[in-house]
Amino acid sequence: MVRFIARRLLETIPVLLIIVTAAFFMIRLVPGGPFTTERAVSPEVLKNLNAYYGLDRPLPEQYARYLWNVCPKKFAPWRLFEGDGFDLKASFGVDLGYSTKYTNRTINEIVAAKLPVSLELGGWALLIALGVGLPLGMLAAARRNTWVDYTASSFSMLGICLPAFVMGPLLVLVFAIYLGWFASSGWYFPSDRVLPAVTLGLVYVAYIARLTRGGFLEVLSQDYIRTARAKGAGELRIMFRHALRGGLLPVISYLGPAIAGIISGSFVIETIFQIPGLGREFVTSAFNRDQPLVLGTVLLYAVLIIGLNLVVDVMQVWLNPRLKFE
Amino acid sequence: MKPGVFNRLFGFRRPPGNVEIGSSLGTDAWRRLRANRAAMAGGIFVLLLTAACLLLPSLLNLSYSDQDLALGSTAPSATHWLGTDMHGRDQFARILYGGRISLMIGLVASIVSLVIGVSYGAIAGYAGGRLDRVMMRIVDIIYSLPFIIFVILMMVFLKEPMDRLDAWLRGFSWLSNLQGAGRILGLFAAIGAVEWLTMARIVRGQVLSIKKMEYIEAARCLGFSPLRIIFKHIVPNLLGPVIVFTTLTIPAVILLESFLSFLGLGVDAPLSSWGTLIKDGAEKMEDAPWLLIGPGSIFALTLLSLNLLGDGLRDALDIRSGKD
Repeated sequence: MVRFIARRLLETIPVLLIIVTAAFFMIRLVPGGPFTTERAVSPEVLKNLNAYYGLDRPLPEQYARYLWNVCPKKFAPWRLFEGDGFDLKASFGVDLGYSTKYTNRTINEIVAAKLPVSLELGGWALLIALGVGLPLGMLAAARRNTWVDYTASSFSMLGICLPAFVMGPLLVLVFAIYLGWFASSGWYFPSDRVLPAVTLGLVYVAYIARLTRGGFLEVLSQDYIRTARAKGAGELRIMFRHALRGGLLPVISYLGPAIAGIISGSFVIETIFQIPGLGREFVTSAFNRDQPLVLGTVLLYAVLIIGLNLVVDVMQVWLNPRLKFE
Repeated sequence: MKPGVFNRLFGFRRPPGNVEIGSSLGTDAWRRLRANRAAMAGGIFVLLLTAACLLLPSLLNLSYSDQDLALGSTAPSATHWLGTDMHGRDQFARILYGGRISLMIGLVASIVSLVIGVSYGAIAGYAGGRLDRVMMRIVDIIYSLPFIIFVILMMVFLKEPMDRLDAWLRGFSWLSNLQGAGRILGLFAAIGAVEWLTMARIVRGQVLSIKKMEYIEAARCLGFSPLRIIFKHIVPNLLGPVIVFTTLTIPAVILLESFLSFLGLGVDAPLSSWGTLIKDGAEKMEDAPWLLIGPGSIFALTLLSLNLLGDGLRDALDIRSGKD
């Protein structure tokens, strides 16, 4: 297992390198720099700005410098929570540079303030997706071809065709505007977490329920389940003891795409509910052509997704050791 | 539709002359599809919707830009079936025109992804060896980030060139009403550039199994070039999975486009897609919920229909796990 994890960790290095390189050159080669605004900037000011951000240097040098700055130079995860939010500089020595839009803050500070919000939102969403989707799918599999199964299936279809940006406003309309149970936007009280997390998680409830149902149906038709039944094991025991491990496999392998989906969903959710998270920051920075911030966020997302996928892979191998040899 | 039409569509030719008509793959598939009521309903809805978007605006003399500022925003009524927006524009007409844009983007970007994905996957699968490994590694790497991040990056990347192209296009007098076309071309490119990945994987997997067959060996013995073998002998045998997956790509693309438009990175005013309409509706929903509910439900119904149709086609053509 240790060798497996080590190999996978080594494999992520070239992937991250390629992503950084591709994103860096893609953004740098965009015609029109970050300072092309409606307002004409005097050439002296522009020169100073370019010098300040290091944009006056040759591109390869900028690239090498950026690469060195974002490269982790120490490993002290315990210092991550020392300051306000996540301190990437103190814990890993990662310096994402300066934003061209928020001139008084470094990108590290922006990330420190915004990433925890997005992680909290994503965590709740994932919890809802699994907490509702798994039982729903298991119920549908256990009561196959009854009204429970059909209700669960049509509910999953609903989740698939009602994307977050339709679902979100609709939920706001009903629960915030008509019923007045929650605030329609903001991120201050615990109750503010409910609507965004439900919206973000609901789509995945549907998929996960579908996958769980499929996985369990396949496992339940196997011989060892029949053996268990013949030995007189109860339905509950069969579901949770015998079928659980195999039935969960498709769901676990779906967790990777689900995490990626929750991250991209957060762009929209954070915009709808005006949540001060990293997703909204990414979209705004793309609009503002805040190149360093776009780069930094893309890099951060890449690390986050690749890291979480690694966790998912390890879980998969743990559940199904045959995979280790493929 | 007669089964023969379907056969020709899929490239299954009936033997000439008065041969006893067996049931071909196409006929079987068509029969199975027809038995699947949900898929048929989905297909019929999509056909009707496309026809409505193309024909109704001119038949009913609707305009998406005619403003009636005195009228303002009104609830659905006999004259305006789905209400009007802030500027007194008929919402039904706007949904139909938005549907043209959304469906067109869905179709064209899917075809772009189809062409790239099939060629890429087929070449990688047929070549095998190191080329295959490198090509699929590239796919894996792009896969490791959510599509949307790439599309957002590309929309930012393509903004300037596309605006320039747009201005250049409008320089021709006969294209002067094509405002915003540059942006849409950018969307085609950006969405097509990411949606081909899954297709490439599926096609590669299929090619790997097909290329071991004897008729491919025969073709190679006849001295045909690899490209000819790939595109004349292998690709036609992939039609089933490719058709199914393209049907499932269309809703994914429509969703992606609406997602971008919702964020303000997609289709720009004066053109509008369902995404922009939903965005406008979400902003005004407190006073005018019909502006959200109208486009939202049409959008959801379209996605549902296309997904049902795709699933039905998959079952009918008996393709296992098209999404792996």
